[in-house]
Amino acid sequence: MERDATSQATQTLPTDEVLLSLRDITIGYGSKIIQQNVSMDVKRGSIFAIMGGSGCGKSTILRSMIGLLRPKSGGYTVDGDDYWTGPDSHRTALNRRFGVLFQSGALWSSMTVGENVSLPLEMFTRLDKTMTRNLVELKLGFVGLSHAIDLYPSEISGGMRKRAGLARAMALDPDILFFDEPSAGLDPITSARLDDLILSLRDGLGATIVIVSHELPSLFAIADDGIFLDAQTKTPIAHGAPRDLRAHCTDPQVHAFMNREAYTEASPAEPATKGPITNGH
Amino acid sequence: MNTSQSSGPATARSDNHDHPEWAIAPSGNEAVLQVSGDWIVDEAVPASLPDDAFKAVQGGSGSALTVDTTRIGRWDSSLVSFLWSAKQAAARTGMTFDVSQLPRGMQRLFSLLPETPQAPATPHTCIPNPFRTSGIFTLATLDEIGAVTTLGIETARTAPKGLSGHGGMRLRDLLSNIFDAGPSALIIVSVVNFLVGAILAFVGAIQLQKFSADIYVANLVGIACVRELSAVMTAIIMAGRTGGAYAARIATMLGNEEIDALQVFGIPISSYILLPAVLSLMIMMPLLYLYGCLMSIAGGYTVAVGMLPDITGAGYIHQTFYAIDLHQFEFGFMKSIVFAVMIGLTACRIGLKAGRSAADVGTAATSAVVVGIVGVIALDAIFAVIANAVGI
Repeated sequence: MERDATSQATQTLPTDEVLLSLRDITIGYGSKIIQQNVSMDVKRGSIFAIMGGSGCGKSTILRSMIGLLRPKSGGYTVDGDDYWTGPDSHRTALNRRFGVLFQSGALWSSMTVGENVSLPLEMFTRLDKTMTRNLVELKLGFVGLSHAIDLYPSEISGGMRKRAGLARAMALDPDILFFDEPSAGLDPITSARLDDLILSLRDGLGATIVIVSHELPSLFAIADDGIFLDAQTKTPIAHGAPRDLRAHCTDPQVHAFMNREAYTEASPAEPATKGPITNGH
Repeated sequence: MNTSQSSGPATARSDNHDHPEWAIAPSGNEAVLQVSGDWIVDEAVPASLPDDAFKAVQGGSGSALTVDTTRIGRWDSSLVSFLWSAKQAAARTGMTFDVSQLPRGMQRLFSLLPETPQAPATPHTCIPNPFRTSGIFTLATLDEIGAVTTLGIETARTAPKGLSGHGGMRLRDLLSNIFDAGPSALIIVSVVNFLVGAILAFVGAIQLQKFSADIYVANLVGIACVRELSAVMTAIIMAGRTGGAYAARIATMLGNEEIDALQVFGIPISSYILLPAVLSLMIMMPLLYLYGCLMSIAGGYTVAVGMLPDITGAGYIHQTFYAIDLHQFEFGFMKSIVFAVMIGLTACRIGLKAGRSAADVGTAATSAVVVGIVGVIALDAIFAVIANAVGI
């Protein structure tokens, strides 16, 4: 990871190299299909946004990308390595490259904030106590939570929990970070600080970031690329950076979303868009 | 029915509280619905509009229904609801409802409503078939037994690594679990076992006195408690106390995405959650069983010595030592370890497969207690059969 960071720092990010690739993924629970024909390429060093209205399956796609939900069909590769083939240990090894910030922060409630960050370090590294403590203080320092190291998750606010979750996601210096609605429920200032933090992580550590969000200001500020999922047709209806989609996308739903306009779904018998994917560029 | 009707005398009662009224006035080919007064839901309620209110309106199909709101006072959603039902009634006779005469605010509210009320989705119901239901239940039960066994094997496999300190189990979790399962349960274990011993002594004393065999109360209490009751009673207490708590805690972690976070990090749930939970029960349950035996014998002692004139304290204790063999303890000790493993694993399993809502946490805790108690009794029955066959 350290080596990656130094080599990345000299390049402009994002690069053209595909790091995560989804091909015709279909996901769902039981017989219910959430999304189908999802294909997307996440370039190394990019900030990739998964967008769409509430309940369209953004988080479900993210869950399948971090190994919590096996897709019904389709291919998913991480750095060219097929994620879903092979034994569980194969996925565990690939997951070592991932850092995930869950929607609620998902801090382990029986541990202090500091212990939350140090548990992965204790489990997967052979660092001594001082070194571990230093790393934990560093990660908490990045997110501005040095003072909360000995507090329990129940003693801190929702925004702090999210930042602590981010510090934990960075514990093992992952090169791929997944954020599930990082700025949902945060005030505009905290949300803007989080955006800055995400950009710093990408530029400083050379990390690739996949972000599920519908916070427009944050999407326009940080995302380089993205995909727009539609709840009604259960397929992606647009690809591209949120900034470009706002300016150029012709799909009425995407246009309404990006410009924060009211939009009424067409009747179910005649979906507004069908089949072919409109490209934002 | 008249083409014009009203819900009551149209006299205003006071300036700040006009009774809500409505009336239908046909005007030529159209109908006008006049509403007046204060339509406030918790002040007064007007007569509701009959379904066929507009049947007698001349013109019928195709004509328009306008609403005259010039004499309206204060209003809230009760008026909107009334006009909404008027719109439906008008639609049934083929009339169109003209919203343009309504106040602006009300027009906006009307624009939120669909043209016709949507029928609520009917839940899919099927007639329960006893064969199907019992079949599904049997398969699900077998599935669960398999799942719990798998969890047990996984936990056992991670145990050596977890105990050595590098497998994810934190000593602090184990210690806090041990404290919750053991010392915190001492009082309830004492009370229950003491009373069970006392009750047995009461029942036994009355029967044995008839044969002048009073001293054998000590045998009855000692053997019954050491072999069966202390182990079973302690296990039932632990199923209710600790099993329920484990299931609720794990189900809450699930809802809070904490389990997902463990999985993504590759921290094995078996060593991080299951091992400390099961291990703490395995350590504390046999100790609590021994303590329970002591308490139940004390209960029996208190009743026997207090109630039966022929029994002395020293005699009761001597008889107890004489009656109970060491291997009776071994049997009870072994049973309590098996109960501990069963309670710990089923509680964790039920917590792990719970849903993610607050109600699911409650359900998980309840079913962990129920399964724990039934499981303890069922296992005890199996032990009784085995003991009988082996001849212990």
